[in-house]
Amino acid sequence: MLDQATPRTNPDADRPLLVAEGLSKWYGGRLGCRDASFALYEGEVIAVVGESGSGKSTLLQLLSTQLEPSCGRVLYRMRDGATRDLASLGEAERRFLFRTDWGYVHQDPALGLRMTVSAGANVGERLMSVGWRHYGRIRQAAGEWLGRVEIDEDRIDDAPSTYSGGMRQRLQIARNLVTSPRLIFMDEPTGGLDVSVQARLLDLLRGLVAELSLAAVIVTHDLAVARLLSHRIIVMKDGEIVETGLADQVLDDPREAYTQLLVSSILPP
Amino acid sequence: MSTVLELAGVSKTFVMHMQGGVRLPVVAGVEFAVRQGECVVLAGRSGAGKSSILKMIFGTYRCDAGSILVRQRDGAIDIAAAEPRQILALRRHTLGYVSQFLRAVPRVAAIDVVAEPLVITGVPRPQARQQAADLLRRLNIPDRLWPLPPATFSGGEQQRVNIARGFLSDLPLLLLDEPTASLDAGNGAVVVDLISEKKRRGVAVVAIVHDDDIRSSIADRVIDVARFATAA
Repeated sequence: MLDQATPRTNPDADRPLLVAEGLSKWYGGRLGCRDASFALYEGEVIAVVGESGSGKSTLLQLLSTQLEPSCGRVLYRMRDGATRDLASLGEAERRFLFRTDWGYVHQDPALGLRMTVSAGANVGERLMSVGWRHYGRIRQAAGEWLGRVEIDEDRIDDAPSTYSGGMRQRLQIARNLVTSPRLIFMDEPTGGLDVSVQARLLDLLRGLVAELSLAAVIVTHDLAVARLLSHRIIVMKDGEIVETGLADQVLDDPREAYTQLLVSSILPP
Repeated sequence: MSTVLELAGVSKTFVMHMQGGVRLPVVAGVEFAVRQGECVVLAGRSGAGKSSILKMIFGTYRCDAGSILVRQRDGAIDIAAAEPRQILALRRHTLGYVSQFLRAVPRVAAIDVVAEPLVITGVPRPQARQQAADLLRRLNIPDRLWPLPPATFSGGEQQRVNIARGFLSDLPLLLLDEPTASLDAGNGAVVVDLISEKKRRGVAVVAIVHDDDIRSSIADRVIDVARFATAA
């Protein structure tokens, strides 16, 4: 007979990085998101799936403090180990968090990049905002990051407006990751890209997330993206979480009617 | 030899909401244990629930009742009640699953697909690749294929890449879902050798194999899952 025991783990890894508690958002009388609660741990990737209007983007904005919840709260374990209610942070603290410990990848790279300044400056700007001043070092770090996201270094002085969609998205990722964040939010990161471009981006993201042991919340309507990138899946419908579980569990043994509908609606390639 | 895996009272029913909520009972009262170095083969006609049992042990299928205790470094954990991240940790350090199908990852070289389970447990990449190369060679994957992503490989080659990946790491509990299906005799024999080596190193194995010769050469015990059939 096997005795059950609580596994011993290192106490910090055992504390969540981010906790959502009863997050709700009403837009006037219309529900955006109701009573969303979950915990995210370091190095863990959660995909939030659902169709348009399911509340998944609202949830992402609530988590990243871009929207103020109607009720509920988000707790975050800061780099100094203290867990804080994000609503209690001052504007300056919040901005600092956004520039250092968090990344946010928009579906439309134009929202996350400055389209008319050079690629190098787009990446370097994040470093300058955390205090880097040495031009040579900033340029070198930017060049290294462009290489990691597979952008030729000789494009470093070109503005992203001259880049293809896939390159812009990779540049946006480099800009976000250059400050070594612990948590990255992604809103449909592969939306609107050709499949081959999408595969390259997914592979790149998958590698970076594992290598840097990033925590991530990825909003996507694409279950294949969720399977490839995430450890856990949250399924949303009409503003509420209807099912959560391990990624393979939710996709291979969906329990709720809505999840079964979603999974059975995937077109075979 | 100590027990590595112990199932008790495990049952599974699928509820198909798309078909008006019809209930499909799969298994009930599943009860068996596997010791270190032992290979238990699940037998039974197709549809009897063999794969479902393996998937419940791996955590891919949720189980409706009962417990699935797996021993790991610090105590045992009940997969039927575990948190997702506990199951993920278990998969990294304790529990492996090898099916006959490779879930292809775009653009990743075959050798890195095989080496990955070692890399994520902290083995330096060059060393993990060296071990991956040895295993790919044993499974007769020509070295010109190693740097290529396996998506374009033949079915048999993909299957062998998947076996290499599944057998590379030193996990104490391995679940094998028809790993030898559609392999030729030579490669089937290599897999039998690999399983025997695992057993000698104390790995507990639960396998589904249809080939009678392979089954008799690896099985210490055969469990007919018909005895876990549901009344319905």
